[in-house]
Amino acid sequence: MNVLELNHVKKTFDGKLEVLTDISLNVQKGEVVAIIGPSGSGKSTLLRCATLLTAMDSGELSYMEQKAAWNDDSGRAVYALDLKKIRSYFGLVFQNFNLFPHYSVLKNLMDAPVSVMKRDPQEVRTEAMELLKKMGLEDKADSYPCQLSGGQQQRVAIARALAMKPEILFFDEPTSALDPELTGEILKVIRQLAEEKMTMVIVTHEMSFARDVADRVIFMDGGVIVEQGDPKDVIEHPQEERTRQFLSRFADR
Amino acid sequence: MNFSNLILQLFQGLGNTVLLFVLTLAFSLPLGLIVTFGRMNKWAPFHKLKDHSANKFANALSNLKPIQLIFRFFISILRGTPLMLQIIVVFFGPYYAFGMKLAASYRVIAVVLAFSINYAAYFAEIFRSGIESIPVGQYEAAQVLGYNKKQTFFKIILPQMVKRVLPPVTNEVITLVKDTSLAFVITYTEMFTIAKQVAAAQTTIVPLFVAGLFYFIFNAIVAWGMERLERSMAYYN
Repeated sequence: MNVLELNHVKKTFDGKLEVLTDISLNVQKGEVVAIIGPSGSGKSTLLRCATLLTAMDSGELSYMEQKAAWNDDSGRAVYALDLKKIRSYFGLVFQNFNLFPHYSVLKNLMDAPVSVMKRDPQEVRTEAMELLKKMGLEDKADSYPCQLSGGQQQRVAIARALAMKPEILFFDEPTSALDPELTGEILKVIRQLAEEKMTMVIVTHEMSFARDVADRVIFMDGGVIVEQGDPKDVIEHPQEERTRQFLSRFADR
Repeated sequence: MNFSNLILQLFQGLGNTVLLFVLTLAFSLPLGLIVTFGRMNKWAPFHKLKDHSANKFANALSNLKPIQLIFRFFISILRGTPLMLQIIVVFFGPYYAFGMKLAASYRVIAVVLAFSINYAAYFAEIFRSGIESIPVGQYEAAQVLGYNKKQTFFKIILPQMVKRVLPPVTNEVITLVKDTSLAFVITYTEMFTIAKQVAAAQTTIVPLFVAGLFYFIFNAIVAWGMERLERSMAYYN
């Protein structure tokens, strides 16, 4: 079953700058998709369209075969009036973590399940503590985000997203705000989630990570998917000239 | 008149000063938040007229935000004219405009009303600066986690806003303590009114200095309280 279906997504900013030109993306349950590409290629905008943070101009979006957006007669995207159920299907991990600074680590994890999903606080607490343990942060439950390192904050952000039990988890350059030493601990967590068959879409600049963890790599440029397929094929033997060009810069380093 | 008698009289006036101070804060802080919502209201009834053609009138109309405009107008009046004048208008306005004869007790109501509205305008702009300083990522994180607009504001934005606006709010609160002396203009007998009366009767400026000392102590207590409040929120940044 497709957890996520995006069809013919178009997005233009201010009626001029075309950021996404006809992008389609399906993600199956348990699949790990890595999206790579240069800055301004539209990767982040695609993720923002998928997570309802940005409205697309036209296109179709559905989660778990439930429609979130579709085209009306004039070809413009219209969104379902009640998106609450749709939102519960996905989680998003931001580049800058975006933790709630006034909440403790535990409250960051617990608040949405309790006040949005109206779940039993005791049950949520038990699960949240398990998630923190999994992230190696069980001793940080009562700390505040500002007392943690960037890597720890990002692990809390991942745990916060997981506490909502999403069907699919999006990552928007999860390691770009971290120094190389801290990058490793985040990649380890994502790798572990991949082994547990968590459905994930990861926008990243970590090529070797994308190659090792992803089931499929998508290379985007200029608002279109230039090339996609098996990570080893795309990253080691790219077919398109543009992909080769982009990847050669990483090989130089 | 001896010194202890003077202190006693000033203390009686201090009661009215404190009353005005407390009531003004109790009304102007929540009112300020409501004014902030109006000031930040983005409702634009003609936004569909927006096109990218050369029709300047349609473009200008599409940007019109009537609610925001009304609040901006009132804030500019309240900040742009003397508080003393506003007190006079609120007190005498009902009589001159509508011929209403109001009971003597209206004096307290008028002075609290004028102060509350005036301070709400200032608080509103302080609150707005606080709300606008919250990173957009906080709204986005809340949205993705499924918080509705009300939850996002009251659980995520407001607590962080309060922390950020405390220093400028402290400034306003301290100014308010001293501004209460303006209530003399409609003969509301707060502390400074009494100090002036005594000073005139005794032909000495000592009562004014003593009143000044009282304001200073009052504000020292206010500053101490606000500092404690700030410290209670210092557990995060």
